[in-house]
Amino acid sequence: MKDYLKTKLSRRFVLKSGFASASVLAGMTLASENALADAKLAAEAVKKIAGNKTPTQGKIEITAPQIADNGNTVPFSVAIDSPMTAGNHVKSVHIFADGNPRPEVASFHFKPGSIAKVSTRMRMSKTQNIIAVAELNNGEIYSNKVKVKVTIGGCGG
Amino acid sequence: MAKKARARVKVPKSIKSGTPFLVKTLISHKMETGFRTDKKTGKKIPRHILNKFVARMDGKEVFSANWHPAVSANPYTAFYTVADKSGQLELSWIDDKGDVFIKNVGVKVE
Repeated sequence: MKDYLKTKLSRRFVLKSGFASASVLAGMTLASENALADAKLAAEAVKKIAGNKTPTQGKIEITAPQIADNGNTVPFSVAIDSPMTAGNHVKSVHIFADGNPRPEVASFHFKPGSIAKVSTRMRMSKTQNIIAVAELNNGEIYSNKVKVKVTIGGCGG
Repeated sequence: MAKKARARVKVPKSIKSGTPFLVKTLISHKMETGFRTDKKTGKKIPRHILNKFVARMDGKEVFSANWHPAVSANPYTAFYTVADKSGQLELSWIDDKGDVFIKNVGVKVE
């Protein structure tokens, strides 16, 4: 009896998750129309933060899965190597995804004394890069990116 | 309009003064992207997300975030902050309709 219940539950789960991915796919066809412009949009968004400065590579560590099974919730964390003193700290870090219909993901603002590290979850429509751009209080800009392979996209939500 | 947040927040039981500690937050929100279409009507489902998150320690801002539709449903955020005395950590989330969700957590410094 117990075994029967178990199979029933798991089958229901499989059906449900199948439905969810179907609806996600429906959303994706809509969004993929402007997929070509995405990387360009992301570059523009980065430029908006950096102004005419060129971001320096490094200092930022992005922890994200190499392969994300579900694009609806991709966990990741961003840590910036900084002493976080009043005179030398990270003001904000901006996260972009260069393959999403809209590249902006989130901006996080830090205060000195703390640690410049934040973890959260994001949606990813397809295999793409997570780009982090950090703004220091002295005006320096750092950036880094990491590629995440997405099995089932989550751009429809 | 302030509403009670359906949120879970975790802070360490006791904190050392001046040492950064981790605050884990999870709030229940569907985070509607605005890109999806309603299959029955064919109309776009309007965007409804939490667009701002602010953490304040005794009224002073310690961490904040601006969110876009690419943040997952039921947003989870873990961040660090410091305290030199016990107090109230106030977390607030603001959504597109102007609703403010607030959760207060007591922080005990040794």
